[in-house]
Amino acid sequence: MSDHPSTIRIDDQEIPFTAGQTIMDAALAAGIYIPHLCHYPGLPPSGNCRLCVVETGNRSAAACITPAIAGQEIRNNTPELNEARKAITQMLFVEGNHICPSCEKTGNCKLQAMAYHLGMLDDHFPQFYQRRELDASHPKILLDRSRCILCDLCVRASRDVDQKNVFAIAGRGTDAHLIVNSPSGKLADSTMAVTDLAANICPVGAILIKEQGYQVPIGQRIYDRQTIRETSLQEHVEPKNDD
Amino acid sequence: MDISRPHHPASPHRHILHRLHALQQQFRHISPHAMQQAAAEFNIPLSQVAAVVAFYSFFSTQPRGRFDILFSNCTSCGYLSGEQDLMRMLCQLLQVTPGKTRADGLISIDETSCIGMCDQGASLLVNGLPVIGLNAEKLAQIAQRITTESPLADWPAEWFAVHDRVYQRDLLLMEQHAPGSALQTALAQGADRTLAVIQQSGLRGRGGAGFDTGKKWQLCRAAPGSAHYVVCNADEGEPGTFKDRLLLRDHADAMIEGMTLCALVIGAKQGFVYLRGEYRYLLPHLHAALDQRRSQGLLGQHILGYENFEFDIDIVVGAGAYICGEESALIESLEGKPGIPRIRPPFPVTHGYLGQPTIVNNVETFIAAAHIAAHGSAWFNSIGTEQSRGAKILSISGDCEKPGIYEYPFGVRIQQILDDCGARDVQAVQIGGPAGKLLGAAEFNRTISFEDVSTGGSFLVFVQQRDLLAIHRNFAHFFAHESCGFCTPCRIGTQLLKNNLDKIAAGRGTTHDIEALKQLSHLIQHQSHCGLGHTAAHHVLDGLQQFPQTFSAPLQPHFTAQFDLDQALESARQAAHRDDAAAHLDNG
Repeated sequence: MSDHPSTIRIDDQEIPFTAGQTIMDAALAAGIYIPHLCHYPGLPPSGNCRLCVVETGNRSAAACITPAIAGQEIRNNTPELNEARKAITQMLFVEGNHICPSCEKTGNCKLQAMAYHLGMLDDHFPQFYQRRELDASHPKILLDRSRCILCDLCVRASRDVDQKNVFAIAGRGTDAHLIVNSPSGKLADSTMAVTDLAANICPVGAILIKEQGYQVPIGQRIYDRQTIRETSLQEHVEPKNDD
Repeated sequence: MDISRPHHPASPHRHILHRLHALQQQFRHISPHAMQQAAAEFNIPLSQVAAVVAFYSFFSTQPRGRFDILFSNCTSCGYLSGEQDLMRMLCQLLQVTPGKTRADGLISIDETSCIGMCDQGASLLVNGLPVIGLNAEKLAQIAQRITTESPLADWPAEWFAVHDRVYQRDLLLMEQHAPGSALQTALAQGADRTLAVIQQSGLRGRGGAGFDTGKKWQLCRAAPGSAHYVVCNADEGEPGTFKDRLLLRDHADAMIEGMTLCALVIGAKQGFVYLRGEYRYLLPHLHAALDQRRSQGLLGQHILGYENFEFDIDIVVGAGAYICGEESALIESLEGKPGIPRIRPPFPVTHGYLGQPTIVNNVETFIAAAHIAAHGSAWFNSIGTEQSRGAKILSISGDCEKPGIYEYPFGVRIQQILDDCGARDVQAVQIGGPAGKLLGAAEFNRTISFEDVSTGGSFLVFVQQRDLLAIHRNFAHFFAHESCGFCTPCRIGTQLLKNNLDKIAAGRGTTHDIEALKQLSHLIQHQSHCGLGHTAAHHVLDGLQQFPQTFSAPLQPHFTAQFDLDQALESARQAAHRDDAAAHLDNG
């Protein structure tokens, strides 16, 4: 049917793909950046943040969950899509209670880095100021739901890599929140450990490892040195395979 | 472990939703301890049970009243009736705050999305049972009965009696169904020929999206899997639709027969009816219909004596979540999980219930399939339009003399429907529910069909006196409440849309807000994960185009603060126990 048996075209670049790859997989392999927050290569994709929405023909599709099909013409880095991405990032900022200047994740935070990448200069939308529960019960890990963007990465990391199933998301609409799979609902009663991928994969300051917040000074942190575009092209985790 | 154990006919506690419903009924809430027990019983993570409890509106973690009342907040069967606020009225009579259980635990009052009683007047659910035709007088009697703790069984039976009004019958509603007749024909001619008849009929899904039913069955039949499943979507939750209420009561046998035909075609042994929680009162009737067919040899093993034909149906009852009408969310719910729409592809026809090939069709679609199998494709496709064969059953409500059920051949003009239902001086109609299309008088010559104005059945009429901004706010609140919360644009965007419309209605909007509404609506429409998000802002875009004055009339010409500063001080006044002039801003 197609003149391009196993290639797709993203903006003006033709790239190869292999069967079973998503548009995101193919793009990352070819060094093309499609902005994303809830995707992490190696973990199963979720498709919830919607930053990676691209256009194929007259349809919008999230690149991380849409299979690559030979001959696909994809628009990614367009002013319209980047405006939409900025608006989605602003939505995430106003939904939670994000405290960049005093957050110990500042400089290492993907939400903040994404805002810089997309040229976001203000929140645009009115703040929600939601009350969200903080869980400081664990001796080594802090869970602050105020800074959670519901990306589901900790849920997948704990389930598919750590194989502990510590987290889930519960509640509908803006009541959606992270819950802990323990009888008390507290992190201290879970099997979570600081070495777990789930403790380290949080893109924002919702899951923080205690007592190491300022070991790296501001100015030398991840996104002080690199852009999110550069780091995102290098990320990968190995899923455990013991079936 | 398979939590719904599909090959055993339903026992009320086999499904996690049913177990949680029983707990909610018994203890008026679901405690952390009860969740732990349920998790152990079903061998699923505690977090899954907690997520399910949090997802469905009819479950609560805080005790509800022994009389638990939920008023519908739909524009047709809702508590705002004319100038009256019926919910506030009952709350005052019983000294209770909406959403808070009274201290003595007797009563709780809250609101819920449309309960499908739109042709029955203002309605509520009391402990899950619908009470219809509410007015001030009836509310006083209800308050009296609650105060004296009169058991529901002693309440007047006519309060609960839902009388369906059918004003216009066509293809399906005129048909008398003889149990087993379609199956006899289908078994005699074989599965291949039966599928061909369905394909030739041009039948398309009646839920609104209109996917070719024969093609769907064919794809599912061809899909490899260890088992195939048939699911009937009886979760009509689109505000303003109630035709399944009639179909499930008067045409249940034809629906079951349609499902059985589908089982024959795709090779399924197990089916499910997913019934919306608001229609739980129909459950005994549906169980009786299933039992009768089992006793007639039309369900179970060796159907009509055919050695290799085995099929049975379980009923799973939802618990208050509009999103479960979306087929992949419905399947998640069947599997005992929150109803979050899946990533598609793969589609349910290849990867559905338990990852196996699954057909999900609407109640009306299965009934049509049964009649088509009995009478042939020409009986069906000789009426309707080129792309929309057959007839469509509509639920008509709102500002008209004869709200009720109407069936028309596809291609019927909107003006004719308005004439038939006794609607005069009409300002607008909303077709297909809040997710559908808003049309003004200039468009009433358009037709109901997949190629023009498509609907799953909801048809709302609004006369000139109606405040359309109030309608838009109602719809926006509905979507913000029903968004599953999975994806960013829908979760946050529907909330922002709601806040924006509330702000304009409160007289705090400026011209800037019109542009903001447009941008937000486009974003939700294009960037969301599923159909709920894709359609949630349609009504705003339609309204901005057709009735721009709805939004522009209340706008302020000058800068207006985003929020009411004096109102923002209310919590401080309460804390300080002050309400004197000095504790208020000088608004003069």
